Amino acid sequence: MSSVTLSNITKRFGDFTAVENLDLVIKEGEFFTFLGPSGCGKTTTLRMIAGFYYPTEGKVKFNEKDMTTVSPENRNTGMVFQNYALFPHMTVFENVAFGLKVRKKKKVEIKKRVEDVLEKVRLKPFIDRQVSQLSGGQQQRVALARALVIEPDILLLDEPLSNLDARLRDEMRNEILRLQREYGITTIYVTHDQVEALTMSDRIAVFNVGNCQQIGTPTEIYNHPVNDFVAEFIGETNLLDVRWRKEKEAFYSEDLNSSIVVTPSGSEVEDAPLKMSIRPEAIEVSGSELSGPNVYVGKVHLVQFTGEAVHSFIALHDRNMFIKVTDLNKGPSTYLKENDEVYVQFPPSQIRIVPKAAKE
Amino acid sequence: MLKAEKRKTLLLLIPIVLILVGYVLYPSLETLLESFKKSGSLTLQNYIDFFGPKAQSNLEALWNSVYISLLSVLFSALIGVPLAYIFTRYHFPGRSFFSGIAIMPIVLPSLVGVMAFMWLYGEVGLIPNMIKDIFNLEEVPFSIGGITGILIVHAYTMYPYFYMTVSSALNNVDPSLEESAASLGSGRFGVFWKVTFPLLTPALVAASLLVFMVSMASFSAPFLLAGGFRVLSLQIYFSKINGNLEMAATQSVILSIISISFLLFMRWFQNRKDYRMGTKGIGAHRSEVSNPFLKWLMVTLGVMAMIILLLPHAVLAILSFVPEGSWTWETYPTAFNFENYRLLFEDPTIWDPVRNSLFMAFVACLGCFLFGMITSYALVKRKFIGKNLLDILVMIPWALPATVVGMNLILAFNKGTPFSFGQVLVGTYWILPLAYFVRFIPLVVRSTSAVLEQLDDSIEEAAQSLGAKWLYTFRRVVLPMIMPGVLSGTLLAFVQAVGEFPTSVLLYTLDNRPISIEIMNQLRLFNLGQAAAFGMIQVGLIAIVMIISYKFFGVKSENTL
Ligand SMILES: Nc1ncnc2c1ncn2[C@@H]1O[C@H](COP(=O)(O)OP(=O)(O)OP(=O)(O)O)[C@@H](O)[C@H]1O
Ligand SMILES: [Mg+2]
Repeated sequence: MSSVTLSNITKRFGDFTAVENLDLVIKEGEFFTFLGPSGCGKTTTLRMIAGFYYPTEGKVKFNEKDMTTVSPENRNTGMVFQNYALFPHMTVFENVAFGLKVRKKKKVEIKKRVEDVLEKVRLKPFIDRQVSQLSGGQQQRVALARALVIEPDILLLDEPLSNLDARLRDEMRNEILRLQREYGITTIYVTHDQVEALTMSDRIAVFNVGNCQQIGTPTEIYNHPVNDFVAEFIGETNLLDVRWRKEKEAFYSEDLNSSIVVTPSGSEVEDAPLKMSIRPEAIEVSGSELSGPNVYVGKVHLVQFTGEAVHSFIALHDRNMFIKVTDLNKGPSTYLKENDEVYVQFPPSQIRIVPKAAKE
Repeated sequence: MLKAEKRKTLLLLIPIVLILVGYVLYPSLETLLESFKKSGSLTLQNYIDFFGPKAQSNLEALWNSVYISLLSVLFSALIGVPLAYIFTRYHFPGRSFFSGIAIMPIVLPSLVGVMAFMWLYGEVGLIPNMIKDIFNLEEVPFSIGGITGILIVHAYTMYPYFYMTVSSALNNVDPSLEESAASLGSGRFGVFWKVTFPLLTPALVAASLLVFMVSMASFSAPFLLAGGFRVLSLQIYFSKINGNLEMAATQSVILSIISISFLLFMRWFQNRKDYRMGTKGIGAHRSEVSNPFLKWLMVTLGVMAMIILLLPHAVLAILSFVPEGSWTWETYPTAFNFENYRLLFEDPTIWDPVRNSLFMAFVACLGCFLFGMITSYALVKRKFIGKNLLDILVMIPWALPATVVGMNLILAFNKGTPFSFGQVLVGTYWILPLAYFVRFIPLVVRSTSAVLEQLDDSIEEAAQSLGAKWLYTFRRVVLPMIMPGVLSGTLLAFVQAVGEFPTSVLLYTLDNRPISIEIMNQLRLFNLGQAAAFGMIQVGLIAIVMIISYKFFGVKSENTL
């Protein structure tokens, strides 16, 4: 088990910068997730930790040991690849035993350890199968077992679930978590599925085009995004441009043509362009008049039913804008009707004022 | 990127580059240099002679080569494409049997094939004489020879290139494309012309280029059939025999330029994005031929075609039982026994060529195996500057006509060089295995690369992150996975080395004369039976190897082109 420290990592391919100035500390035993849109440098970062790439600048440390240019075979990391990368000409046993054979363990010990780990991933009955004869989920567990059996200091998983169907994905999520807790292994997990990230992680790093935007626990990231990119990327949100009006000591939205009441009302950095974010599930909607701050009138434009929730798009009167509202499904009688007049309220405590993310 | 990786790449590249430079590039350059020499001084005189009025024969040979090659492409296509279409699109009794027969010409080494054709259709050939006797004619009604002979043999031996590439392309055409065109109201012919044909163009172009190159390089057919007719590959041989090495070099350079431009054109063509679609492995479904008349017509035609296709094999087999001296002036052979095969085991002068061929082919293939494996690994999986150049260099022996490869080696190693450790190789035993090795490197590299390209990089990375060093990974993970490709390439190289004639005829000595040379000798002595027996041995070896590679490595013969 190790902690991982990335200090000031930059990785360039030619003149293209894939990762820029990344600073990150992953604690021992932590389940840490890299989350971000496609092409933002997650895999690149992971591969630098595994040793397949070497950073152009910066240092990679495991515990306090500098590993920046140590080659992959000497890092003792366990990696699970997106396509599993099982050795197709070997059986399940041989695949899992590979890392132990390389480490010149005794036959008896190899056998025991392989059987133990296969027991843990519930593949013991398949021990002598050729890996090509396994289902996707089983192959995935072989890949996991192969990585775990060498008792790696760090477990690296690159979108291990992206090839699976929804049910299996759910199952495997729990499986991975269970194994991670059982072994207590420092784990770095790459995904662009936000639900996966939010449900599994101790902490998350949100990436955007080569930059790390925010590091925090799932709740911090969801409830206190540091900028509009994070707010928008994690979960659904309504984003509006706002401005801090010194003279009125309040935020003002051009789009709504009104002041916005926010609590707690911290006076933010004045000059930076700001946005307000409010989650769809936090917005109050009612057919009868609402009292209090931040109330607007609108007309229901579209109602979407998704099963557990109902999304409604509401056109605010006299404004060229829509807001999205989400409610849990409580039966057809509670749905809004299209073209109905409604009142919407942005509760002041639910509004986050965030700076705009620096654009590339 | 990192020093250790770079060092590994470098370590791999050093032997590869050394061998390629020493045995491919340097000999070619020697030939180029020689072509600019005339009695010791550097001059353009040879080229002036080549193109000038003084040596009309060269220009004529060049023109003949081009013209024969173009016609060979045409005829091979005319046979191969319809056959491929019929076999992939229609179902009739015996279809899969006939389609297996259709590729039989490839088991005949070129020299043996030409020989069989001569016995069948030549001046004293069995078929013309049989017709003459049956119909009581004064003269044989026809006989092949000269340019028609060459063309017929080319069409017979080269149509499989079209047949195999077009078949596999047709198999990859999603039949629903044709069906949708048909449902949009296009007629059968319209569908073929507007939908199928454009989808086949890449295959057709590839096959045409291949046949053109192969027939430009063709040596055995003109060698036995040409008479006074001149082609460039043969001119090189004659110049060399007449001791005019400078002219031979010049002719080689001209032929090389043509072949290498074809190689480059083909590379360009294959790298171009074509509009093949990501087919999901839907095999073409075949229409049942329902009209009974048509059905039996097809079967009859199939049987007849089969007979024609297999006649050369049959005549070879039959004649191999004709003992020496029993067939001299008679029209047909009279005595048959196992004498020729018995001699193989009893007469060392008969057995030696077989042993030589097997041993030299084995040595050359061992070299190809190791070298091809490493080279293809470096080319596919390693990053380095000049990769494209190396790739071209590797493929050059494949593009160069065998005669040119032979000339290059003669001109490079008729003196001591660092690459031959100061020895003169020409006239020694080892020059022939070297020639075979050089010639068949590309085969192994190609078939290995095809497998390696399928191998995901992450497999190697997985092994590495599990703690395996590079060599261990290569041995335990990469090698077992690419073995089928390496082996099938090597077996194919072996097959071709056993049948190889053009380089053999340029480079053989008394000690290392291979089967092909002995066939030629026996032909000169009019001992046809023994020649046929040698031919049968080659065919047998080829057949065995092909069956092995198909059965054990699942290599289809069409992948080996
Ligand atoms: N070997 C390479 N050479 C050049 N560019 C590369 C290389 N590897 C990655 N890149 C580029 O670096 C950027 C980041 O790639 P990376 O694979 O890290 O993305 P990712 O976040 O993992 O995306 P995804 O979610 O799609 O897997 C991409 O724009 C990619 O094109
Ligand atoms: Mg990725």
